[in-house]
Amino acid sequence: MNDTDFRTPNNLNTPRTNLGWLFKMAWRDGKASGKRIVLFMASIVLGIAAVVSIQSFSENLKENIGLQSKALMGADFVIDSKQPPNKRVLDIIDSLGGADAKSIDFPSMAVFPNSGNTKLVSVKGIEGGYPFYGKLETDPISAASEYQASGGALVDATLMMQFGLQPGDSISIGKIVLPISGTLISAPGITGVSASVAPPVLIPYSSIESTGLVQVGSRVGYDFYFVAGPKQDLDALDEKVDPLLDAENADLDTHTSTGERLGRRYDNFGKFLNLVAFIALLLGCVGIASSVHIYIKEKLPSVAVLKCIGASRKQGFLIYLIQIAVMGIIGGLIGTLTGLLVQQSFPLLLQGFLPFEVQISYAVGPIVMGLSLGLFMSVLFALSPLLRTWYVSPLEVLRIQETTSQKSRTANILVLSSILIFIFLFALWLLGDWKYALSFTFGILVVFALLGGIALLFMRGIKKYFPKQWSFTARQSLLNLFRPNNQTMVLILAIGVGTFLISTLYFTKDILLAKTSMEANKKAPNLILLDVQTDQQKAVADQITTKGLPLLNNIPIVTMRMQKIKDRTVNDIREDTMSTINGWILNHEFRVTYRDSLISSESLEEGNWPEIAPKEGVVPISLSDNVARDAEVGIGDRLVFNVQGMLMETEVASIRAVDWGRMQLNFSVLFPSGVLENAPQFRVLTTRTPDEGTSAALQRELVKAFPTVSILDLRQLLKVVDGILEKISWVINFMAFFSILTGIIVLIGSVRTSKYQRIKESVLLRTLGAKSAQILKINALEYAYLGILGSTIGILLSLVGSQLLAVFVFKTAFIPSLIPFLVVLPGITALVLAIGILNSRSVLMSPPLEVLRKEGI
Amino acid sequence: MPKILNISHLGKTYTNGPKRLTVLDDISFDIETGETFAIVGPSGSGKTTLLGLAAGLDSPDSGTVELCGTDLATLNEDQRAALRNREVGFIFQNFQLLPTLTALENVLVPLELQGAKNANSICMELLDKVGLADRSDHYPSQLSGGEQQRVAMARAFSSTPSILFADEPTGNLDEETGEKVVQLLFELNQDSNTTLVMVTHDLELAQRNQRILRLKGGKMIANESTIRL
Repeated sequence: MNDTDFRTPNNLNTPRTNLGWLFKMAWRDGKASGKRIVLFMASIVLGIAAVVSIQSFSENLKENIGLQSKALMGADFVIDSKQPPNKRVLDIIDSLGGADAKSIDFPSMAVFPNSGNTKLVSVKGIEGGYPFYGKLETDPISAASEYQASGGALVDATLMMQFGLQPGDSISIGKIVLPISGTLISAPGITGVSASVAPPVLIPYSSIESTGLVQVGSRVGYDFYFVAGPKQDLDALDEKVDPLLDAENADLDTHTSTGERLGRRYDNFGKFLNLVAFIALLLGCVGIASSVHIYIKEKLPSVAVLKCIGASRKQGFLIYLIQIAVMGIIGGLIGTLTGLLVQQSFPLLLQGFLPFEVQISYAVGPIVMGLSLGLFMSVLFALSPLLRTWYVSPLEVLRIQETTSQKSRTANILVLSSILIFIFLFALWLLGDWKYALSFTFGILVVFALLGGIALLFMRGIKKYFPKQWSFTARQSLLNLFRPNNQTMVLILAIGVGTFLISTLYFTKDILLAKTSMEANKKAPNLILLDVQTDQQKAVADQITTKGLPLLNNIPIVTMRMQKIKDRTVNDIREDTMSTINGWILNHEFRVTYRDSLISSESLEEGNWPEIAPKEGVVPISLSDNVARDAEVGIGDRLVFNVQGMLMETEVASIRAVDWGRMQLNFSVLFPSGVLENAPQFRVLTTRTPDEGTSAALQRELVKAFPTVSILDLRQLLKVVDGILEKISWVINFMAFFSILTGIIVLIGSVRTSKYQRIKESVLLRTLGAKSAQILKINALEYAYLGILGSTIGILLSLVGSQLLAVFVFKTAFIPSLIPFLVVLPGITALVLAIGILNSRSVLMSPPLEVLRKEGI
Repeated sequence: MPKILNISHLGKTYTNGPKRLTVLDDISFDIETGETFAIVGPSGSGKTTLLGLAAGLDSPDSGTVELCGTDLATLNEDQRAALRNREVGFIFQNFQLLPTLTALENVLVPLELQGAKNANSICMELLDKVGLADRSDHYPSQLSGGEQQRVAMARAFSSTPSILFADEPTGNLDEETGEKVVQLLFELNQDSNTTLVMVTHDLELAQRNQRILRLKGGKMIANESTIRL
């Protein structure tokens, strides 16, 4: 050694970061201690599995809709109208070379003469080779090609089974009786949901007229199906022809636009499920952050030693970053594979919602996303605790100071901001709306902040008002909650968020079910008679009342379309590309009623509603708030309606809030009495039947006497709705299962990690002579406090959240279910307790020294 | 002889709220290359703080530390780490082995940080020298206190440091084991011509060094040669 060997600052640059060595160190250290955080890897695995499965399935759904859009429509494009096509529409059809097939559809009561049973069905009369894509799946197979020629009917499979029908039996629709040619198993565009309300019945087009059911005021749809030429540009056609048809109250839909619309509809459901999955992922991230926090805390002395013998800050930091990143990659990989497996079950879960069979394939996007999410989220959520390795001083090896690696405030803020930005961007990507994404991020922040704040207050509260007179074990367990290395915050967050999610799911289901529940209101109608002609109404009403049943409503309905909005014709508005008026307002056939009072589902928001119209001049009307918003009109604005050929000038006199969720007839446009009484109209009558038998008998009699009247049996409909809700809740529960399972794993992980914090104390107590029962009691009480506190706060937050949902989203009263209080709260507390006690076993059952050696402490 | 450590007017004060505690006050001394040097004094006299400052683990409030010809104040934290890696070895009272690394892996770390080749054979030789070649794949928790300290010594010498700082190297060992460790420490020191700076309150152990620095209440009360003693 001589003077010249001494280093100068210039050649003492930070040692080059040898990546190989860093990986070697990460591996050496990881293999000896990695098992401590394996559980947390499991939590991120579940989160990623949830997100990947939903994402991948959504991609598949989109792809399938794209591939099967022609089969969903049965044609390349369709011209449809809710009224008999006028000459101009027919001219357009001719100019397109004439339709390749056409159909007429309407709801009607079907009677099955063999049994006398009746059922509301959706009748569709078809002429031509429709469907041109996809197929009518029938039993026998030949029935699909023969029913038109043989003049038979194809009847929905469920309906056939329900009434024990066989091909060859008869079905009566209106004035005709047709033989059943076969069972209709599937047809383009028919979903399980629509088929359960009004099952489809296909008959030859030529038979429609003889049913006698197509009359003025009937709800009839006219469709013309086209097969495009090989090079025909459907978008250009849509752009050119659709405005012309719009002016005639008809519409052109191409298979691509229908596919897109369908895609959007399922997208919303997908978004909701995505959020549930995202919450599972976030829970996993809480797990990652908390585990790495404890893990790094244990590693700080080693980092200090490494720094002491010459490792740079970067090297110390990178060793553990590599460990976390590798764990994230492995977690991402396992999660992605699990997600891809899970998505295989989705077609089964969603059976009945989808109008086609989904072919599952493996989309690249979600796979890449799953893999990168694993890495990105692990690193992002581990950064805050990881930063401590950067700031730990090598001086700590000399035990001059306690482990006080103070992180930089700026670094902390940067990490926290990155996490929030990430949550926001991910939510934005999922929801596609920055307001929703911001609300979601804010909501998450509030829940976490509240839980964290309450945990902090709790700790301070115990410290300040410590019950010194309590027994030794009770005091020790309380002390554990705020002593150094306590797990109070992490456990309360994990327990609280998990409980919050589970309870919110229960409460939301309560709200949804309460909205559809009819049984609560014994006076509400359960049988609705539609399409009752004015001249039939007295006879129909008599038939109801003579059976001793109440006539609850007799509501007149007049159909009309919008002609002018604030002095601009709807055609002008359609052509105005700058107009922001919602398109449905311009094309919709409004079913309007008139009466002199508001009903229970309505409340006046603005203006006054004259109960009786002035004898002359402009008619004051009332609009529902959604129509006023979509038509961009307010009080005093003028609207002209086309009432079946006659123009009627009206003025918006009031705007109503309408609870559309109620099972009763609601109207978006309301006229006062004294205006529409002489307009062509039909009526809706309602009654309440005490049981299914009475209901079926009345339906049979009514259909026999009045074949044009359609009957909606709300009791049956409610069963369908219940079935749908059950299925939806099944799907939601399935996704929530990921969140719950992740929550439990985070919980097990947190409790296990806290074991390493508690083990020394427990061993010391054992050494000092504490009995197993005392240590068990200390541990059990600590976890019981945490379980009760975490789950109670979670449920209370969920109550507030659900109340807000009920008021602002569902606009209904909220009566919370007791399940979260009776099952979730004790259940989660018991779970926390069980995990905690299981973890204490090793301390209780082994000699103190053996425990310390075994745990590597 | 060139000076490997030159400390001049060193001062360190800790602040705890309104209280200020001066741990070291105006300490000056130097150590020649190859010298063995003991820092002694009662508990709380500032021995360990002085060791930490001399090795560049902490920064002084006043004065300068020149280690291996470099003024530590001119280096940032990572440069000081690099200097330690090349020139400094450490032995601690509580061994400070990395618990998740085997004995061999612990010894390897300083050399691996330098990117040295043949590190494995060098370290196995060192473990052999300290009598632990057959325990090379054992984790610290599987070794006794004396064995852990011998692994720590092998680690300290693995990068052939110019200067070795030992903080109470026998503090956690029984007399017999402690004696063996001390013998080994002086042997290794002699073999590699390393400067040894030792903090101890064991006067007998201190006497085996060439010079002793006495501290009391943060002040230097003596800096004398043991030969004259």
